[in-house]
Amino acid sequence: MGTLASPGAAGVDTKPSFASRLRKWWSGIDWRTTGVAYLFMLPALVIIALFVFWPIIYGLPLAFTNYSVVGETRWVGLDNFRRLMSDPYFWEALKNSVLYVAVVPVIQIGAILLAVLVNRPLKGVGIFRTAYYLPVVTSSIAAGIAWKWLYDYKGIINAPLLQWGIIDKPIYFLSDTRLALWSVMAMTAWKGFGYYMVIYLAGLQSIPKELEEAAAIDGAGKVGVLRHVTIPLLKPFALIATLMSVMGALRVMEEVMAMTGGGAGTNVVALYSYQTAFQHFEFGYGAALGWVMALIIFAFSLITFRLNKGGFRPE
Amino acid sequence: MSSIALKRAGKVRTVIKNVLLYLLMIAIAILMVFPFLWLLSTSFKTPGNVYAFPPQMIPRPATLANYIGVAKMVPIFRYLRNTAIITALGVGLNLTFSTLAAYPLARMRFPGRDIIFGALLSTMIIPNGAGMIVNYMTLRTLHLTNTFLGVVLPSAATIFSIFLLRQAYTTIPKELEEAARIDGASEFFIWWRIMVPLIRPTLLTVVIFDFMAHWNSFIWPVVVMKDPNNYPLAAGLLYLQGQFSYNFLYLAAGTVISITPMIILFLLLQKYFINGVAGAVKG
Repeated sequence: MGTLASPGAAGVDTKPSFASRLRKWWSGIDWRTTGVAYLFMLPALVIIALFVFWPIIYGLPLAFTNYSVVGETRWVGLDNFRRLMSDPYFWEALKNSVLYVAVVPVIQIGAILLAVLVNRPLKGVGIFRTAYYLPVVTSSIAAGIAWKWLYDYKGIINAPLLQWGIIDKPIYFLSDTRLALWSVMAMTAWKGFGYYMVIYLAGLQSIPKELEEAAAIDGAGKVGVLRHVTIPLLKPFALIATLMSVMGALRVMEEVMAMTGGGAGTNVVALYSYQTAFQHFEFGYGAALGWVMALIIFAFSLITFRLNKGGFRPE
Repeated sequence: MSSIALKRAGKVRTVIKNVLLYLLMIAIAILMVFPFLWLLSTSFKTPGNVYAFPPQMIPRPATLANYIGVAKMVPIFRYLRNTAIITALGVGLNLTFSTLAAYPLARMRFPGRDIIFGALLSTMIIPNGAGMIVNYMTLRTLHLTNTFLGVVLPSAATIFSIFLLRQAYTTIPKELEEAARIDGASEFFIWWRIMVPLIRPTLLTVVIFDFMAHWNSFIWPVVVMKDPNNYPLAAGLLYLQGQFSYNFLYLAAGTVISITPMIILFLLLQKYFINGVAGAVKG
């Protein structure tokens, strides 16, 4: 009966009810601070609501309509997605977008090697970092024009090969359908090395010198230090950089637009979506194409987000 | 004796190693900048020596005709002006709005803060398949197509900048703010006179990222601008590429004009460009 002392006997009325907690929360609000805070945030919140959240809310239903510049807009259910399944241009674009991911290992390995190369206390090493980073700061269209010129049928690559009789017909880098996509990817790789080099450089410099020295004193050779200290500590950087790079490859559009305009079998999903919307004015179908790509990227961004908690620029 | 010889041998080895390293770094540097150097060289060539073999790195003869020609045929200075307007407007708006918005998120307690922060964070993973299409439709509704404001408005406050700046604000010690508050300073005064000067390096990072994004963007401006006269330089190049594919020399000159300001800025502020990327990834 009363043999067990109830520890809650006195505590029952100390546990506040929901209403009283609400009241306490309400009275704890500093209204002046709240007002100031929202005033500070107002312009940014309006813009973000209009140009980030609205497209997410409105963009999905748009993919289920036949919205275009002419004619009346109707809900067409899954028609756009059915059309996409039997659209050869879509499948070609999807294949190319996925193939484009092949640049990722090239960029990442190249970037790590460059980072290791310029992570030394040599005189003038900064000049080299600058040179390697230069392609990053230029627009894809300017870089694309420069590369088109390298690839020209009588250009700096073809001319010597022809002259020395190594080939007897020029290589059509950007119009041969077997080569064109790879030629564009080469430009993307060149533009990406410097960017990821900087990320790996930050990674290398975050490794405490003492750790490497301690490992060396303990008798780990150069390879041992690399294997047991440098590579494990660089891993988180490599993971994030790789995922960023994969998403960038899946989203690629500018480089293709600049170099081939999507011709010669190089179209990619992002560019095809753009062309559908802004050149054929089929917004509904363009939105459907965009969403297919977005869902593929979504899977990757989920992983990246978990790894990084949102500290990178989602380009 | 032998130890001295050994030391000397070691020294010789280091020197050889360094020479090889420099040669490797130089070779890679040449490869990385070569496409632009070659374009620069081409832009001073004449139709007579453009395909000369062996290729001429320094054109003989060199001419300014392509620069004059392209400036006559395309409104290149107008493009330059348009680019400057778009970049200044875009950078200015984002800097102002993001710096304002990040402050309460970092340093004030108010209801809704965590919800807003979470919502902003969620946009980094929520798929958005039709952003460009819907934003274009929104601008059309607002009658802002074919305007400079329309080009920059969707990025007039970027979540990326807000996060970067919020991070910077949180590192400022609380005492500074409290001292000012005791002295009776207003919230706006505290923000403007105490907080903003302390996050200057991050502000510079935001400016650089944004400057680069606006200066180099060409797809979105083409969507918004109906009149090619309103194109920025990068969009102008896309347009020129279609119009002057037969005259590569003009195109080369136009491209050199378009990238030179960006490259100069980069060379002047390279440290900030490079640290900014590293900082953004680590933050």
